[in-house]
Amino acid sequence: MITISNLHELSAGQKLEPLVKAPISRVQLAQYAGASGDFNPLHLDDDFARKIGLGGAIAHGMLVMGFLGEYVMHVAAQQAILKNFKMRFGKMTVLGDEIKCSGIVEKVYEVQGKRYISLELTAEKVSGEVVGSGSAVLQLT
Amino acid sequence: MDLDKSVIGLTSKEYVFDVEKRHVQTFAAAIGDKNPIYNNEDYASKSAYEGLVVPPTFLIAMNNGDAEMPLDLDHRRMLHGEQEFIYHKPVRIGDRLICQMKVSDLYDKEGKSGKMQFLKLDTEMKDAKGELVCVSRMNIVYRSLGN
Repeated sequence: MITISNLHELSAGQKLEPLVKAPISRVQLAQYAGASGDFNPLHLDDDFARKIGLGGAIAHGMLVMGFLGEYVMHVAAQQAILKNFKMRFGKMTVLGDEIKCSGIVEKVYEVQGKRYISLELTAEKVSGEVVGSGSAVLQLT
Repeated sequence: MDLDKSVIGLTSKEYVFDVEKRHVQTFAAAIGDKNPIYNNEDYASKSAYEGLVVPPTFLIAMNNGDAEMPLDLDHRRMLHGEQEFIYHKPVRIGDRLICQMKVSDLYDKEGKSGKMQFLKLDTEMKDAKGELVCVSRMNIVYRSLGN
């Protein structure tokens, strides 16, 4: 999937190979509801979603962040520990959406002898609509 | 009615959360995250974490609906705007964490549809020694209704 040889070789401005997730399915939303404990009908019940003016059930925002989390942990591989991770929610994600996670190295720095990499992260639809933008800090070992 | 600054510092009761293997696996599977660092001990032991860890967003699932705040919030006005996780120590399967939610900030901003309020809710998770393991920080937009 993503080939990152050595995190120590990354430098600011470098783009990381993106991760494209499979289209979001109803089963996945049900799985995520169960696993996260978020049973808001907005994510499971089309009729409910339509009543509040949406086209149908929408994905959990935290599922999208979960995709970015998967991406970051893949980048970290066995070489780094995730210290900070945040995301701002963007457009809504719906059934069938394919989400692409991508990242850019924001900076590489050292604090008290420890090496860190900060990443800028984006989760977007095929259309380019951004559903989540965030950042992560990895501590290298 | 809008919230006022007096809510800052309000806390939920402490609650206990046990990190269970099956829960972690179900959570990773729902995301479709197949990283072996969550379930392959051999692989995980050779990683920077030196052992199995939970997926980064698993912290959001670390409540049993116990985090009730002494605060009257209108759920229709709440919009999850931003989420942040701060990791001090790895969260492991088998951990028993003492969790508490608190209001860490409230501030106003002028938005397109008038004044918007932002509420910062921090859930702090500590181990048996009382040391901070991680923080889950929700930034809630508290919207005005009826426009």
